[in-house]
Amino acid sequence: MERPGRAAAAAGAQPRANGCSGAAHGALRNGYVRGLPAHDTQVNHIVHNGGLYKRPFNEAFEETPMLVAVLTYVGYGVLTLFGYLRDFMRQWKIEKCQNATEREEQKDFVPLYQDFENFYTRNLYMRIRDSWNRPICSVPGAKVDMMERVSHDYNWTFTYTGRVIKDIINMGSYNYLGFAQNAGTCQEAAAKVLSQYGAGVCSTRQEMGNLDKHEELEKLVARFLGVESAMAYGMGFATNSMNIPALVGKGCLILSDELNHASLVLGARLSGATIRIFKHNNMQSLEKLLKDAIVHGQPRTRRPWKKILILVEGIYSMEGSIVRLPEVIALKKKYKSYLYLDEAHSIGALGPSGRGVVDYFGLNPEDVDIMMGTFTKSFGAAGGYIGGKKELIDYLRTYSHSAVYATSMSPPVVEQIITSVKCIMGEDGTTVARVQQLAENTRYFRRRLKEMGFIIYGNEDSPVVPLMLYMPAKIGAFGREMLKRNIGVVVVGFPATPIIESRARFCLSAAHTKEMLDRALKEIDEVGDLLQLKYSRHRLVPILDRPFDETTYEETED
Amino acid sequence: MAAAGMGQQWVLVEMVQAFYEAPAYHLILEGILILWIIRLLFSKTYKLQERSDLTPKEKEELIEEWQPEPLVPPVPKDHPALNYNIVSGPPTHIITVNGKECINFASFNFLGLLDNEKVKTAAQASLKKYGVGTCGPRGFYGTFDVHLELEERLAKFMRTEEAILYSYGFATIASAIPAYSKRGDIVFVDEAACFAIQKGLQASRSNIKLFKHNDMADLERLLKEQETEDQKNPRKARVTRRFIVVEGLYMNTGDICPLPELIKLKYKYKVRIFLEESLSFGVLGEHGRGITEHFGINIDDIDLISANMENSLASIGGFCCGRSFIIDHQRLSGQGYCFSASLPPLLAAAAIEALNIMEDNPDIFQTLRAKCERIHKALQGISGLKVVGESFSPALHLQLEESCGSRENDVKLLKRVVDYCMNSGIALTQACYLEKEEKCLPPPSIRVVITVEQTEQELDKAASLIKEAAQSVLN
Repeated sequence: MERPGRAAAAAGAQPRANGCSGAAHGALRNGYVRGLPAHDTQVNHIVHNGGLYKRPFNEAFEETPMLVAVLTYVGYGVLTLFGYLRDFMRQWKIEKCQNATEREEQKDFVPLYQDFENFYTRNLYMRIRDSWNRPICSVPGAKVDMMERVSHDYNWTFTYTGRVIKDIINMGSYNYLGFAQNAGTCQEAAAKVLSQYGAGVCSTRQEMGNLDKHEELEKLVARFLGVESAMAYGMGFATNSMNIPALVGKGCLILSDELNHASLVLGARLSGATIRIFKHNNMQSLEKLLKDAIVHGQPRTRRPWKKILILVEGIYSMEGSIVRLPEVIALKKKYKSYLYLDEAHSIGALGPSGRGVVDYFGLNPEDVDIMMGTFTKSFGAAGGYIGGKKELIDYLRTYSHSAVYATSMSPPVVEQIITSVKCIMGEDGTTVARVQQLAENTRYFRRRLKEMGFIIYGNEDSPVVPLMLYMPAKIGAFGREMLKRNIGVVVVGFPATPIIESRARFCLSAAHTKEMLDRALKEIDEVGDLLQLKYSRHRLVPILDRPFDETTYEETED
Repeated sequence: MAAAGMGQQWVLVEMVQAFYEAPAYHLILEGILILWIIRLLFSKTYKLQERSDLTPKEKEELIEEWQPEPLVPPVPKDHPALNYNIVSGPPTHIITVNGKECINFASFNFLGLLDNEKVKTAAQASLKKYGVGTCGPRGFYGTFDVHLELEERLAKFMRTEEAILYSYGFATIASAIPAYSKRGDIVFVDEAACFAIQKGLQASRSNIKLFKHNDMADLERLLKEQETEDQKNPRKARVTRRFIVVEGLYMNTGDICPLPELIKLKYKYKVRIFLEESLSFGVLGEHGRGITEHFGINIDDIDLISANMENSLASIGGFCCGRSFIIDHQRLSGQGYCFSASLPPLLAAAAIEALNIMEDNPDIFQTLRAKCERIHKALQGISGLKVVGESFSPALHLQLEESCGSRENDVKLLKRVVDYCMNSGIALTQACYLEKEEKCLPPPSIRVVITVEQTEQELDKAASLIKEAAQSVLN
């Protein structure tokens, strides 16, 4: 078998950050091809992986322009200097200190927080705090209503004006398939179950909280995923953090992607297994770790590892990248390790029938040992699941921390999942229209943003679209300017991203109509010019096979 | 001094002269010797590691040879935890378990709010307005007005400055502890602490000191030990945070913590107290505010209170409350808060309505207490079973008076008691634990849960039935 990752070597280039050739453009990290005819990295990739990929895998991470990187660091430098200055003024009571303080009675206790821990919060985060936690007061669908809030003390406190900002286009919620609805079949079914069962359960699965609804859900999820058996849990985060410890322990090795979600990291840590990190989506890095692990065994004792578990996510929520699953599976088979795939963002959102990243690559779900995902996103509910072989699920039913100690899922939430899964499977009479709509919206939105000259990260099929902002001041500015234009976006900075790679993130939804996307795009374009966000140095050659009609396309091309 | 200096100088001059006069072969020999010494000085005399320069082929062979353990060991088909009870229909006062209708003595629905029409109506209204899911974490458009309202209401109810919501009861204390206690900090924890606390402590990677259950002398001993340790290294002591983590009403033992003594120790040794009130919230105290109200303690003396909304409030999720100085920190540092989708609004609305009911009917707590005391009394004196827990605890444990040798057999025996009761229309369950994971595994027990919905007749029936079951199974 051709070893994955050979592509880079064959293309005569240095292997780059993402396990793929950067031969075409120094600035491209991921073999991304943008309609430019001459570059054949993609072709190489397919050829050199022995046909692992059945479809083009286009992923881009344009390098940060040097000037922008320097300016970003300067920005943080200035902020830090001013932070020190203001801390100094607060210390000398020149500026009023707004921090909540320790009780008088406990002033002589060991301080609960180290002062520098809060420096970032106090002096940087506080300046732009209004871009997060914006309270909404409607269904988190394609449009939301938001409670207007103002701050008279530079974001230390907020007061609500009582007004509601109506019809904000929601580009922030993980409502990929548009199941966040307060009407329709799902809502009706949930309402019925709510009036029959009530909201809570008041017991755990192993004790007295295993309802018939839970069993129904698990059978359906197993069928949806194409696995033998499945189990559902009340919280997506806890599905990872409470089940990984049941699967691996001391003497086992976990190989984890460097950008894995906090819940996977926590689960890995709680398990007591040794953890090693491979570079994001980088197959050479993963293979090297696998090979070294088996050849060298455990450190110090030199015993062979009991088992090796690879932890990856389907779509990485901050990068918008899609896991190189065919290669991961090939490696996993070659090195006899186990694969834990977290489909929090990809289930429902990827693949021709919405069955996630396995479906997207046309692979066999049996090749993934542990299929994990959440119901929060695509299904508009809450909770998480694990699917796999019957032995695995039987084991989890017995030893999962959640099954023994945590209250089971709320019945109306369960019903929402049952109906939405049936809807995706087309069993309620509707079609897979939502999945297709999302795919179309994704491609359209991503392409348009790139044409405008923004630096957009990630895979062209990923509904998570990060737009690079870089400079700290632009995080707040972008969030505010977009809200002014009635568009709700998510902006993220350090520590969720590397310090210089602050970004805005759009999450597309099947519920977004073309008009909404066009309006959002127009405003993003405008704010992009205003804040000078169009950093990309690659001009995009317009592609002809656009999903939408020509006219709107030319309007904005000017 | 001067003479000695002169003497040394003279020796040097002589040496140089000798150097000139020496024969060439001598110089060469000495030169070689010097080089040899230098080489010896700088070369490694031993190898740090046996170098394993494996050839690629050998590596392939090793990889070929390695056989991992199976992902999971097989579970025996008759494992007691493998086949869950199946509850068809709502898990309320009358519950259908495995097709048999029973009176529910197993769900933590203390106040009977699960089946409350008002609660359901409120949840329905919320469902109509917001749908089911929130589709995002609190930071990213997952904060709803209901969440803010519930946080405010909880803070007001508990008479604290601030409350923070979590979307999963288990994750509440498990996220709160590592938000404050870090590597190098010290946590004194009761050995009977529930699993969520244990996981929180593990995630914090702090230094954990277990004290005997409710044994204040043992705790003070540990605190004293730490004090002497601190005197040895005062610089380290100045940055080492200390916490005591206890439960209000212990899940695993059914008794309460001696809070007044704990507060004394808190100020004496300058340790912060974190209190887990999942069982005591909405149960103890005149207004259901929990253990602080039960003992009449100023709630500000407790640094952090955490509870879930899955028992008394009959919803889902959990909350922490306390002073803003402490609670606010979790909004950026509580992992289960930041990285998880927020609580579905309908569940928050149910919790708000449940709080309303608790505020409007404060005598409900008195009723619950009377019922607990009634069954507690009725369960005394069963031969073979002992009642563990306070008389006012709505979740008490029945343990075997004498173990029959192995835990496995004890569990089987208790299961027969449970099955006997279940066949006669009383739904009970054993307290389930992960035996290998628990720090201090409690002995096997049947957990009897009392709710306000159970009538006096039902309580008496349950007690006499358990007695009957114990007699037929244990004797």
